[in-house]
Amino acid sequence: MIRNLRLFTFAAPSRFYALAGALTPWLWAAAALLAGAGLYMGFFVAPTDATQGESYRIIFIHVPAAWMSMLLYLVMAFWAAIGWGFNARLASMVARAIAPTGALFTFVALWTGAFWGKPTWGAWWVWDARLTSELILLFLYLGFMALVAAIDDPRRADHAGALLAIVGAVNVPIIYFSVRWWNTLHQGASVSLTAAPKMATTMLQAMLLMTFAFWAYAFAVVFTRARAIVLEREHDAAWVGELVGRSGSKQAEAA
Amino acid sequence: MNWRDASEFFAMGGYGLYVWGSYAITAALMLVEPWLASRRHRQAQRAAATDTDPET
Repeated sequence: MIRNLRLFTFAAPSRFYALAGALTPWLWAAAALLAGAGLYMGFFVAPTDATQGESYRIIFIHVPAAWMSMLLYLVMAFWAAIGWGFNARLASMVARAIAPTGALFTFVALWTGAFWGKPTWGAWWVWDARLTSELILLFLYLGFMALVAAIDDPRRADHAGALLAIVGAVNVPIIYFSVRWWNTLHQGASVSLTAAPKMATTMLQAMLLMTFAFWAYAFAVVFTRARAIVLEREHDAAWVGELVGRSGSKQAEAA
Repeated sequence: MNWRDASEFFAMGGYGLYVWGSYAITAALMLVEPWLASRRHRQAQRAAATDTDPET
C-alpha cells in the first residue's frame, strides 16, 4: 500500500525532524515575500474605503489572523486526537507546537479588532458573541498549554491536552457562525465560500496574500517549535545522539 | 497611489494610531515568536549534545 507508506513515513520523529528542517527556510522565505506583496497591495494599491476611510486597512491583518486562529485550533485538536487515538507521539508533539502560534494569532485578532472597533464602533471592546467566543478561544489555547505543562508524564499530559482540545473544538463553529446566529455588532462575513466577496478586488487580493503569508509563517514557526519538542522528548534516542554528535553510546545502546 | 507623501502615509487619514497600533504589535509578536522558537530549538540541541558521558 503505497498510500499507507506515504502517510506514515513521516510519523517517525527522526524523519519528520529532517523534513521539517529542510522545509523551514523555504517557508520563512515564502512568508516574507507574501507579506511584502500583501502589505504593498494593502497600503499602496487597495483604495481608501468609502465609509471607513483608512481605518479599514487593519483588515489585512485582522481577518487573516482570525482565520488562522480558528484553523490552527482545528489542526491542533486534530493532531492531539490522532496522538491520543493512535498512540502517535509525533502527532501529540505537533499539537503542542501549534498551541502558542494559535494563541498568538488569536491575540492578534483580538488586538487588531479592538484597534478597529474603537474608531468604527466607538468602543475597544463589547461583549458581543463574536468577540466573546474569540476570547474563549484564547483561553482554550492558554488552558491547553497550561494543562500539558502541568502534568509531568508527557504522554498523560498529551492525553489530557487532547481531551481539552477536542471538547474545546465546539467553540470554533460558534465563532464562525456567531455573526449569523446572534445579532452582533461585529459585521457578517465579507468573504465566504458560497457568495461573491463583498469587497474590492484589490482589497481581497491583499487580504489573501496576507493570509498565505500568515499560513507560511505558521508552518515555519510550528515546524521550528516541533523540532525543538522532538529533541526535548526524544533526547535519549540514538538518532538524536548521532544528529548532535553525542559520542556517549550509553543512550544509543539503551535506545 | 494612495499617498502624496510620507506624512500622509503615516497619518492614515487620521487613523494612524489605530492602523499602526495594530500593525506594530502584530509585527513585534511575529518577530519575537520565531526568535523564541529558534532559541528553544538551539537549547534543545545543546542539551542533547552535552548529555554525553562526563568523561568525554
